[in-house]
Amino acid sequence: MFLFSLFTVGVIYIIAQGFGYGEIGGLGITGFALILAGIMNFVSYYWSDKIVLGISGAKPVEKKDNPEIYRLVENLCIAAGLPLPKIYILEDTAPNAFATGRDPKHGVICFTTGILQKLNKEELEGVTAHELSHIGNRDTLLMSVVSILVGTIALLSDFFMRSMWYGGRDRDSKNSGIFMIIAIVAAILAPIVATLIQLAVSRRRELLADASGVLLTRHPSGLANALQKISSDREPLEAANRGTAHMYIINPLKGSEAKAWLAGLFNTHPPVEVRVKALREMEGKV
Amino acid sequence: MNPLYIIIGLLVLVGLWILFTYNSLITLRNRVREAWSQIDVQLKRRSSLIPNLVETVKGYAKHEKGVLEEVTKARTALMGAKNPHEAADADNMLTGALKTLFAVSENYPQLRASENFKQLQDEISDTETKVAASRQFYNTNVLDLNNNLETIPSAWVGQIFNFKKEEFFKATEEEKADVKVQF
Repeated sequence: MFLFSLFTVGVIYIIAQGFGYGEIGGLGITGFALILAGIMNFVSYYWSDKIVLGISGAKPVEKKDNPEIYRLVENLCIAAGLPLPKIYILEDTAPNAFATGRDPKHGVICFTTGILQKLNKEELEGVTAHELSHIGNRDTLLMSVVSILVGTIALLSDFFMRSMWYGGRDRDSKNSGIFMIIAIVAAILAPIVATLIQLAVSRRRELLADASGVLLTRHPSGLANALQKISSDREPLEAANRGTAHMYIINPLKGSEAKAWLAGLFNTHPPVEVRVKALREMEGKV
Repeated sequence: MNPLYIIIGLLVLVGLWILFTYNSLITLRNRVREAWSQIDVQLKRRSSLIPNLVETVKGYAKHEKGVLEEVTKARTALMGAKNPHEAADADNMLTGALKTLFAVSENYPQLRASENFKQLQDEISDTETKVAASRQFYNTNVLDLNNNLETIPSAWVGQIFNFKKEEFFKATEEEKADVKVQF
């Protein structure tokens, strides 16, 4: 996280330097990019629960509709010391689950009908604990901050590249040359690197949620079995798309999970084998 | 640079550190208390279900006086518990008594078939899980506080302001023992 902030500041500085020699104020445009990315992400952070539920079309569940899952969530919340999140069910036979909400008080946890049917109680507990840990660790907030930074970089690079077409002629050619080249390279590479870092943060948080989840249930094999069951189910989740994929317990875009190292950098989740192995190692220790 | 300033600076730093440590210890202690009140809520809910259960069982199984008395006694003890230690003991007693009660009820098919009894059994087993969950949360917080009170340097601040370690809410011996299935 710290490295990421450093990286962002560095990139912004270099690009701003590149701008500085043009006719538009470098800092002004940087500030503008920051504010624009900030607004976009604030909206998606503040109303994250409503937006996601709106997109996926999940339905809220009351205690009388499904007492088993309601009680399961309730009990784990007590153990985690979290307020009870709103529980939603998504009509889809593909097994998956996700959690969102800007803070624990606005938490939302969503299960597909598939996951409720295919997993036993222990596995469901593992999955619920993982999702509640996302809420408890405030991952929605963290990922929003990260995407504000990534968004800023992307916007900034975009502005910069566009401004090149217009303001290239009348600049002072003494020392702007090297900075211009660095800035161009940075403008091309920075958005890619920023996205990679964002995905790396997302993967770390998944592993963290796995671990905190186990701390709640004290039962690593429940989550491990659930992960194996979910990942071996090849049915794609219809409601998921690239924008919401990172929120699910397992990447719902089946088949897009690449195995190669290079492609692995672009995954929102660590490979299931890695997660299961880490969980199996915890067994007997908690 | 006057050495006096350096000394004053150091004193201010130490003072600030004591302040922050003190505040964090207070936060931890309040969390433990809040977690305790959560257990209390669940225990109250559980004991409020008992009279109903006793009445229902009485209707079908009049001869099981001993078991019913045991349950009522444990409930009274639980209601009167003043500290975590007493509450834990009483709760464990109640759990044991209820287990016997439910085992005995197996002999009364009419009782088992009763909708009311089923519902009560369901509710009670749910509160039992909830007690266990709130106990886990409480113990996590106690662990946090005790760790801070035992490790240096926060232990020093704890001593200055006379913080006391809290007690864990322990599970019964039965719960800890491995479950053996007999046929």
